[in-house]
Amino acid sequence: MIGVFFVLPVVAALAISLTDFDIYALADLSNLRVVGLRNYVELLERPLFWKALGNTFYFVAAGVPLSLGASLGAALLLNSKLARFQPFFRTALFAPVVTTVVAVAVIWRYLLGARYGFLNYALSSLGIAPIDWLGDPRFAMPAIILFAVWKNFGYNMIILLAGLQNIPNELYEAARIDGASAFARLRFVTLPMLAPMLSIVAILTIAGYFQLFAEPYVMTQGGPLQSTLSVLYLMYEEGFKYWNLGSASAVAFLLFLLIFAVTLLQTRAARGGFAR
Amino acid sequence: MTDRRAPQAWLLPQPAAIVVNGLLFAGAAFALFPLLWMLAASFMAPGEASTYPPPLLPAHPTLANYRELFAHAGMGRYLANSILLAAAATALSLVFNVMAGYAFAKLRFRGRERLFRLMLGALVIPGQVAMVPLFLLLKHMGLVNTYGGVIVPALASIFGIFLVRQYALSIPDDLLEAARIDGASEWKIFAAVVVPLLKPIIVTLAVFTLLGTWNDFMWPLIVLSDQNLYTLPVALASLSREHVQDNELMMAGSVLTTLPVLIVFLALQRYYMQGLMMGAVKG
Repeated sequence: MIGVFFVLPVVAALAISLTDFDIYALADLSNLRVVGLRNYVELLERPLFWKALGNTFYFVAAGVPLSLGASLGAALLLNSKLARFQPFFRTALFAPVVTTVVAVAVIWRYLLGARYGFLNYALSSLGIAPIDWLGDPRFAMPAIILFAVWKNFGYNMIILLAGLQNIPNELYEAARIDGASAFARLRFVTLPMLAPMLSIVAILTIAGYFQLFAEPYVMTQGGPLQSTLSVLYLMYEEGFKYWNLGSASAVAFLLFLLIFAVTLLQTRAARGGFAR
Repeated sequence: MTDRRAPQAWLLPQPAAIVVNGLLFAGAAFALFPLLWMLAASFMAPGEASTYPPPLLPAHPTLANYRELFAHAGMGRYLANSILLAAAATALSLVFNVMAGYAFAKLRFRGRERLFRLMLGALVIPGQVAMVPLFLLLKHMGLVNTYGGVIVPALASIFGIFLVRQYALSIPDDLLEAARIDGASEWKIFAAVVVPLLKPIIVTLAVFTLLGTWNDFMWPLIVLSDQNLYTLPVALASLSREHVQDNELMMAGSVLTTLPVLIVFLALQRYYMQGLMMGAVKG
């Protein structure tokens, strides 16, 4: 029963994406027609879809490495024997994760403001002229990436910290006796031991970052000039603003295929990596 | 809260220790600054935050923004909606997930292992692919634009079932056998033996579900069209589009939306972290 419960939606999404389900069909099902792959063809011909896809890839390609880098850096610092007040720092660094994305997006919209925002204020002390972070198509996506990294890095930090604590101390002792420097210990002990966990964390983070929606919805409404329109945002607008549910379902199904393909590729790559 | 460094950490002559703790302090400041500033700005007078240089603390702290939110923006209603929905979703999903997790761990039924593997496979499916079909299903059932429509997708969670199953595997079979020999019914065993043993994981799951449903945005946005039913995140997003200039008011709204979950998290942190580890280690 439960299995059906979870697989059925995918089949249903595929089925709906092959119809012209719209507001008329919503009112009366007899208006529904099967149109085959027309939704997909129309979608692939629309520049807006490619724009949304490009933006989403940009967000994933820049956001995931930055996010993971911040998580790993914070986890290494917290795991250091020199670190003090670990419980406090751990909670402080994790706090953004449990906040409500809409609420903190509202805060960041202000912090990133062109005239009165703190970021520009801080930059001005370095002699950098004010930047219209959320109003300039060149800077809107970097600003959203910065926000996403702030919001999310604590989650993977906790998981990686658990991984670091599971690395046996003897390995470090042995490396130290062999005269390995702190950097060499990180490079040849810590990172290889952490690699399996890192690859799982990377897969989950990529899948999560492909689902960008609330951040642009609150901070930029997909603008300026559609520079922060994501695939999921496009699905929301198609389906629940214009009520083209057939077309929206096609967008959702393409996003599903995309995430599935990337996950599969990455799992393959990770396996190949371990075999070496 | 930010100034809890003990002097000895800084008197140590070890440069590496200073670097490590300095970086941690900088990271914590980066993580906490937006939240602390939100709290400070929520007590500022209207227009005060829109000055240059941006103020850190309110000149004359006032509750006017909170009063305005409750008096004119209907915040009390949204707060009540959020509390009601999060509590109901948590209670109902706990009943379902704990029973299912226990069944997967301890009850023998046909196709159990296959069903469990199928369910784990479904974890890679992003929830959004189901949104259109689910919306149409709920529309058909008359649940669109109702509290029920918001709760339904939260009821069964693969993660929740998995969490309970992993924990329930550690319950000794002998204990259940002994109860059966004593003539206890399966329901009685579940209620009197299993649930008390699962208590820690039930708290963990409750915290996760509570925070998840409270913070959820996209689904309530889609399913609710009547403003009176809005949850806090949906209401806040809509308010922030109307009140782009009223920064102080929006900060008060953000405090009301996010402070409850932060408090719940701080109070039950231990359980939350445990769930995070259990879910992560198994991938």
